[in-house]
Amino acid sequence: MTEKITRPASMKDVAMHYCPGCGHGLIHRLVCEVIDEIGVREKTIAVAPVGCAVLAYDYWDFDTLEAAHGRTPAVATGIKRVHPDKLVFTYQGDGDLAAIGTSEIIHAGNRGEDISVIFVNNGVYGMTGGQMAPTTLIGQTTATSLYTRRPEKEGYPLKIMEMMAVLPGVVYLERTSVHSPKAVLATKRAIRKSFEIQLDRKGFSMVEVLSPCPTYWGLSPVKSMERIEKEVVKEYPLGTIKDVC
Amino acid sequence: MKYLSTGNEACGEGAIRAGCRFYAGYPITPQNELTAYMARRMEETDGVFIQAESELAAINMVFGASAAGARAMTSSSSPGISLKQEGISYMAGAELPGVIVNVMRGGPGLGNIAGSQADYFQATKGGGHGDYRMIVLAPSTGQEMFDLTYEAFALADRYNNPVMVLADGMLGQMMEPIEFDDNIKPSGIVEKPWAMTGAKGRAAGSIKSLLLKDGVLEEHNKKLQEKYTSMAKEVRCETVDTDGADVILVAYGSMARIARECMGILAEHGIRAGLIRPVTLWPFPYDVIRGIAAKCPRFFVTEMSAGQMVEDVRLAVQDDSKVSFCGRMGGGVPSVDEITEQIIGSGKKKI
Ligand code: SF4
Repeated sequence: MTEKITRPASMKDVAMHYCPGCGHGLIHRLVCEVIDEIGVREKTIAVAPVGCAVLAYDYWDFDTLEAAHGRTPAVATGIKRVHPDKLVFTYQGDGDLAAIGTSEIIHAGNRGEDISVIFVNNGVYGMTGGQMAPTTLIGQTTATSLYTRRPEKEGYPLKIMEMMAVLPGVVYLERTSVHSPKAVLATKRAIRKSFEIQLDRKGFSMVEVLSPCPTYWGLSPVKSMERIEKEVVKEYPLGTIKDVC
Repeated sequence: MKYLSTGNEACGEGAIRAGCRFYAGYPITPQNELTAYMARRMEETDGVFIQAESELAAINMVFGASAAGARAMTSSSSPGISLKQEGISYMAGAELPGVIVNVMRGGPGLGNIAGSQADYFQATKGGGHGDYRMIVLAPSTGQEMFDLTYEAFALADRYNNPVMVLADGMLGQMMEPIEFDDNIKPSGIVEKPWAMTGAKGRAAGSIKSLLLKDGVLEEHNKKLQEKYTSMAKEVRCETVDTDGADVILVAYGSMARIARECMGILAEHGIRAGLIRPVTLWPFPYDVIRGIAAKCPRFFVTEMSAGQMVEDVRLAVQDDSKVSFCGRMGGGVPSVDEITEQIIGSGKKKI
């Protein structure tokens, strides 16, 4: 028996602006599938980041705001406190979440805000031209780490999830990836779990998704997926980091 | 009922009575009583109070709460307001209502914690990036801290725009009697069909300030400018004894109270002084001042700054009148003597 793959109802039928092989389109879709499955399209309010996913509201068929760079969790906090019964999630890249918005994400987590965070980590600032991010790997060349990222000059990759794990207000952290069909399914499960935790009012949860940026990694989409599997997961191991639900 | 209240607390009560359901702030002197007051009153009225991790987070929480449809407010003092400018610009861009209170202190930089009026430029000429405007209300008494904050919410909702209440440290911390009807209800409540509430029974909505497509941002800006033009009708200004005056004093906020005292002293010296007190600093009462300038050639502006509003007064009077200025900076307050001596002195010189 064959099953036809259809577009999720909460996803608009438009072409996306993402580069070929980019992980954002995939992760957008997973979010929409979960929203459809748990039937919350009409009570979802998303906050999109500044970065490649800034136009998420063009693709998602539910209420979506766009926040200033890094302030995404603060904006989500404002919404959720006004509408505690709605599903409020942020969708943030590594520049947004791990650099300019470090303060906002840590404090939203520490307050135990009942929000879900989808943290897309591709290790570069894609939208602005492939600059170094806090999550860029040691030895990786970017527009602003021309001689590769050297710990003595550029510091180390920032492991946000491991940092967040110590916060009592944070109840669920899982790092997933989209480099293989199996990994994609694990990502979807994690997003669903995060949303359900929120709907059960259990506290702050976050899913970090390792994602390819073929354009600024200078690799083909296939090679990008291989890089995640071989290199990126060494720095950012997959799996549940915290689950106290 | 009559209450004895600090200006900061009067401001907080004005917000509560206006139906403010969300407050996010961050401690900074000299507005801390306001944040503490909101912490207590929000709990009592089942609203939301959050002590944010920074001013940046506070204004962005207000952004979110406002987008979600609530009447929302934040408050701070000068250095903190500088940090909030990013969010204010975003709110203006996304056309979100909200009230921002600035209880000014001495600057620039960390400055000091004394009252000041040195953020006039920042409040009235933009502050954040982009071509935007916001209504700036300047209370000069504890009563007005209540009244104007109460009204600020209706104005914000009327125009879907941030509104600033611009006070100073003296006004914030001074205790005065204030009076209001205990049964006062929020005014100017409007439907907010654009609010982010989940797309139940309607198409999905979005709130954003990014408009990339060719010419779309320019069109948006044109629309915003038309809105700002329509805000001109909100101009408010108090005038006292301006008919037949020898000299017109122009001052706002705390300085207007000192200017009032000067009027009496000047009268003793045979100088008839009138007062113009802008209540809205933006829109600025250019027409009122221009009209009075046509009849009185001497203007005297006094501010707790190096002279910021004086530029708008000069723009208003054009070449008809001579505009003198007396100001002190960094928390200094021009005294009645300083002001009157300067006016009497310059009057003599002229004779
Ligand atoms: S630059 Fe990178 S992250 Fe951005 S859309 Fe292109 S591939 Fe995706």
